[in-house]
Amino acid sequence: MAETATRKPRGKGAREPAITRDQLTRAYRDMLLIRRFEEKAGQLYGMGLIGGFCHLYIGQEAVVVGMQLCLKEGDQVITSYRDHGHMLATGMEARGVMAELTGRIGGYSRGKGGSMHMFSREKGFYGGHGIVGAQVSLGAGLAFANWYRQSDNVALAYFGEGASNQGQVYESLNLASLLKLPCIFIIENNKYGMGTSVDRASASKDLSKNGVPWGIPGEAVNGMDVIAVKEAGERAVAHCRAGNGPYLLEMKTYRYRGHSMSDPAKYRTREEVQKMREQNDCIETARRLLLDSHGVPEAELKVIDDEVKAIVQDSADFAQTSPEPDEAELWTDVLLEKAR
Amino acid sequence: MTQILMPALSPTMTEGKLARWLKREGEAIKAGDIIAEIETDKATMEVEAVDEGTLTRILVPEGTDAVAVNTPIAELDGGAGAAAVPAAAPAAAPPAEAKKEAPASVPAAPIAAQAEKDWGPTRTMTVREALRDAMAAEMRADKDVFLIGEEVGQYQGAYKISQGLLDEFGPRRVIDMPITEHGFTGMAVGAAFTGLKPIVEFMTFNFSMQAIDQIINSAAKTLYMSGGQLGCPIVFRGPNGAAARVAAQHSQCYASWYAHIPGLKVLAPWSAADAKGLLRAAIRDPNPVIVLENEILYGQSFECPTADDFVLPIGQAKVEREGTDVTIVAFSITVGLAMQAAEALAAAGISAEVVNLRSLRPLDTATIARSVRKTNRLVTIEEGWPFAGIGAEVAMQILETCFDDLDAPPVRVCGADVPMPYAANLEKLALPRLEQVVEAARKVTYK
Repeated sequence: MAETATRKPRGKGAREPAITRDQLTRAYRDMLLIRRFEEKAGQLYGMGLIGGFCHLYIGQEAVVVGMQLCLKEGDQVITSYRDHGHMLATGMEARGVMAELTGRIGGYSRGKGGSMHMFSREKGFYGGHGIVGAQVSLGAGLAFANWYRQSDNVALAYFGEGASNQGQVYESLNLASLLKLPCIFIIENNKYGMGTSVDRASASKDLSKNGVPWGIPGEAVNGMDVIAVKEAGERAVAHCRAGNGPYLLEMKTYRYRGHSMSDPAKYRTREEVQKMREQNDCIETARRLLLDSHGVPEAELKVIDDEVKAIVQDSADFAQTSPEPDEAELWTDVLLEKAR
Repeated sequence: MTQILMPALSPTMTEGKLARWLKREGEAIKAGDIIAEIETDKATMEVEAVDEGTLTRILVPEGTDAVAVNTPIAELDGGAGAAAVPAAAPAAAPPAEAKKEAPASVPAAPIAAQAEKDWGPTRTMTVREALRDAMAAEMRADKDVFLIGEEVGQYQGAYKISQGLLDEFGPRRVIDMPITEHGFTGMAVGAAFTGLKPIVEFMTFNFSMQAIDQIINSAAKTLYMSGGQLGCPIVFRGPNGAAARVAAQHSQCYASWYAHIPGLKVLAPWSAADAKGLLRAAIRDPNPVIVLENEILYGQSFECPTADDFVLPIGQAKVEREGTDVTIVAFSITVGLAMQAAEALAAAGISAEVVNLRSLRPLDTATIARSVRKTNRLVTIEEGWPFAGIGAEVAMQILETCFDDLDAPPVRVCGADVPMPYAANLEKLALPRLEQVVEAARKVTYK
């Protein structure tokens, strides 16, 4: 099937198309999977099946899905506690993620981690961390491992604009630049760190420049547009793979839901949220592009919609039927037995 | 027909007030529409529709107080493809018959007391040399092992522990860090998640407090939080406790801080043999291990086995001196004090047995208990503060395991419960002294 570009490449001369039909179709499918999964998670939370904290990624799907299009085998991803989207985007199974949310043995962490703590070394996903900003130093460590092993893999460290004010983030920027670590620092700027808007939290008004004192190139990206994310991601990945050190991307994005389930979200207006959803929704934008520019028939998207719905329903069923961990699990996985 | 249930809007909510309906019966609803407002004890929250369809019936009128979570509040006539909200109650927990005899919550299971292996010939060396030799041997054996910290490379170590390592292993394996403990500790922990085996040197453990979140929340807990998938083979080492005349912020013992944490192992070597054997074991261990060294011990010389494969087991204490009248339990530099006290007590006709803990977590309760069953008396020594200290834990373990063997209440000799003073005379008073240990032994032996 002929693949068509949807966007004029920037700059002069012929270049690779920004995104192929197949890539955009995959992105649409993955974003929709995250959206539907999170909606279901919110629903299960409301039913009391999921406890504690539950931070939904609804609205921000284009960021992780666009970046994932730029990666190859062996690249690593790490993020904070708003992490279900990252898990699904790296290819972790919806069943295992949902069952972890319900605290069941079939969950990725056997029910011992919950919403904020899931991992899959196989998929290059290193969590899932609950301490704001800690994952940025850890992410620099994943990049350090690539540097130490002299591989050309890159590590993606995602964090919110709220975390960007943590001291260890700046320590990590400095270290990554000093050692030229292949690390892409990705600020998911959804405008609110819990209830505090970025204007009230950061004296730095252009977060994409936060790496500049350490010589780290940065870009502000429309994080609601999966194609813009992918284009910027490819520049960042190429920079890192070539051994030029770290790169910083500020993804301007938006979360439709509260910070966590118990957030009444009184710090912003309903109109602000509604406007974002109606005018900038990443899934709707991708859908329109597929229909209008790529000539994808409605029926083909319907097949994707149904597939996604089935995966999510299956994960919800599994998450309710998988048993709770055996009581003996309380005592396991504290220490590893075998020494080298 | 789909039922809309009263949602839980926070981790602790069990009921709430249905404050307002924003949709009326007969109205069409799209996923994401705000359909109602609910007041909890904390806030007023909006309820979004998950499904599409027509609101056919409102079951709970607005203004109703104390609506229990999961009560049906409205009915929706499902439009095309509406996902049904399962009205069933949350899946029941597995039957109680699954209950198993859970192990008692004893911290760090004691390891059976074992005789010390004879490692053959020895030579005299300082603790400093022993630590360096341990790192060099493990780095030669495993290319995934590397040393990272402040002044470890070009400066050859702030306390010269890493002398010569940069020359032998190069800058990719002996990595100088700027003064940025929080950042480089997190970075090393991240590297360990991928299977590398970092040795993180803190110039002193006082500075590990900058990084303690990464040590506890990331290094120690991730194996558990990942259901056993993601281990963290890493060593944190450096001088701990009081040095000399460096005042409160640079003179603190972290033994009980780290020994408190499940997911960590904590070692405290005294002699050169301890230092070499325990550090090698720590580097080989697949878990995060804290090695609490002591600056004053670095220059002290001891006999140390020369065998290439010399290594000590983690979790085994060593009886440094046998005795019959009182057990003195010590670790790190206080083992030397215990040995001096035993000498002084012998002159007074009291036979003291000295137990060098070596490992604080896991704690070798079996060896301590075996000694107490013989002497019936217990004295503990540590430089740290008394409250919730290692002495408190040792005493409690003995009360739990052999209370009936005690002929006197245990006595702790600890650092004074104050920040470390600078003045020479006050500093001396703030640290455990020989006469205090002798006095404690006399007290428990009633002599």
